[in-house]
Amino acid sequence: MIEVRDLTKRFGDKVAVDHLSFTVAPGRVTGFLGPNGAGKSTTMRLILGLDRPQGGTATIDGKRYDQLARPLAAVGALLEAKAMHPGRSAYNHLLFLAQSQGLPRRRVDEVLALVGLTPVAHKRTGGYSLGMSQRVGIAAAMLGNPPALLLDEPVNGLDPEGILWIRNLMKQLAAEGRTIFVSSHLMNEMAVTADHLIVIGKGKLIADLATQEFIERSSDRSVLVRSPQADRLGELITTEGGVVKQDTNGIQPAGLSVTGMEAPRIGEIAAAAGIVLHELTPRLASLEEAYMELTADSSEFGPATGPAGPAQAGAPGPAGVSAPAGASQPADGKEIAP
Amino acid sequence: MTAVTPAAPTATAAEVTRRVGFSHLLATEWTKIRSVRSTVWTLVIFAVVSLGLTGLFTWLTIRSLNASRERSAAIATDPVNFILGTGLGLGQLAICVLGVLVITSEYSSGTIRASLLAVPKRIPMLIAKGVVFSVLVFVIGEAVAFGSFYIGAAIVHSHFPVSLSQPGVTRAVVGSGLYLTVLGLFALAIGSLIRHTAGAVTTVIGLVLVIFNLTALLPGSWGAHIHAYMPTVAGLLITQDKQQSGQLLTPWQGFGVFCAWTALLLIVGAYLIKRRDA
Repeated sequence: MIEVRDLTKRFGDKVAVDHLSFTVAPGRVTGFLGPNGAGKSTTMRLILGLDRPQGGTATIDGKRYDQLARPLAAVGALLEAKAMHPGRSAYNHLLFLAQSQGLPRRRVDEVLALVGLTPVAHKRTGGYSLGMSQRVGIAAAMLGNPPALLLDEPVNGLDPEGILWIRNLMKQLAAEGRTIFVSSHLMNEMAVTADHLIVIGKGKLIADLATQEFIERSSDRSVLVRSPQADRLGELITTEGGVVKQDTNGIQPAGLSVTGMEAPRIGEIAAAAGIVLHELTPRLASLEEAYMELTADSSEFGPATGPAGPAQAGAPGPAGVSAPAGASQPADGKEIAP
Repeated sequence: MTAVTPAAPTATAAEVTRRVGFSHLLATEWTKIRSVRSTVWTLVIFAVVSLGLTGLFTWLTIRSLNASRERSAAIATDPVNFILGTGLGLGQLAICVLGVLVITSEYSSGTIRASLLAVPKRIPMLIAKGVVFSVLVFVIGEAVAFGSFYIGAAIVHSHFPVSLSQPGVTRAVVGSGLYLTVLGLFALAIGSLIRHTAGAVTTVIGLVLVIFNLTALLPGSWGAHIHAYMPTVAGLLITQDKQQSGQLLTPWQGFGVFCAWTALLLIVGAYLIKRRDA
């Protein structure tokens, strides 16, 4: 159980974390979401006692981090991936961490096997790929077999195999009853991993809710219809109980955005009336769009006015994200220049 | 790399309840210091430079003795200081670099985060680091100091016989190792204040080689006092078997002054390590 109460951290004039309060419960994966610069990493560093807060408290099982007798046995953390001496082997990096907790050498071998690094354990970490370094970080986090784990952007820069590995590991660890707190700026990544979401922006809490609830709230199901006889079709759909809005994005013939009626029924109505259809597309507003709308006002580096709402490109599914600078991330986790 | 996720092994009850003591911190710091090549290399450079240059300088000087009667007389007044002052004078710079690296490499590589997550009580961590590092430098430093003395003594023997049994000589040789140990801690303290390798190395070497010695140019009695109380100026007295005339401090007083400066810097470093964000 991780509890954050009224936590505040300023760097000079800049408020990084602003009277933030939330609780991370055990037995599930809690996603920690927010745009770049929202204060996610700072919050994690405050929980872990690396930074000193100006106000408020962060506790793990009721104790401040520096009050934990054997911290690595209480909470494991993965911060930036390359936080290790490039000239030291993974084995020795984990060994000194194990010694600091009074853990036996056997435990180092166990976590190396857990992350699949046994064959390269005695090589210097300077030659490791990002994915391998990330695994060393996970091994370090698992060293004390802690009931809670904090992971800061663990999938950043990983290839799909690495992403899948981390995702499954987190789910498995949560299923074992552990508290998993994982930050990300990718809504789609969190939608498939997290059971619960804590969303922050500009250091303030924006939302604290179950992922399922967030999905239900944001899933704005609609059907896009294009027809040269759009007016006539619109009238028929309205008569049958659908809600019709003009879908104005300049493409001719004009489109209709229909809610409250499924695509097959619309097709049948059109066929019965002999109306020509050019397009009939079921649409799900993407989670990424809903998330961006939520955090639009608090994006650190976005345009001051926020984005112009959900993407209007009419693309089906969650793929088409056209976002303001700083908030746009494709699902594969690789940064793209805006 | 395989993408397997075997079940997380569980720690035994004994592992969870076992207390963590200062000995664990010492083991941690020993693993850190021995597991990077920079430690080994700086100590090898220290030994090679100190022993090699002691041998080379004393040999070259003895060879050219007949050419310079003045030089011969100067060495004759204090041959031990001549032996210990050559190689170790340059070798000490490697100890300065190592002292700085022991702490700054943690900051530059990000290891400090892993270290502080494991040991959130920062001052005990710094103390353990200081203890492990000073024991290492003391052992190597004494070995190299005695090595230098024996090499130099063998070379100058035919002209200026010296031995450990002469007054003050054993104290000067042992004192050389002590001086190097405190110098290493002095560098470590500067490293904990500055946290950047290049900046801290430049600062330490600038202080030891230039700034402290430049105070000799200060005029008058107060100038002489300031100079005498500079950390390494005072500290070096313990490496000299004979007191110079007009010396303001005895060897042990000088060493005490050097220790006091180093302790002061370490306390400031400890305070900042506790205060600052890592």
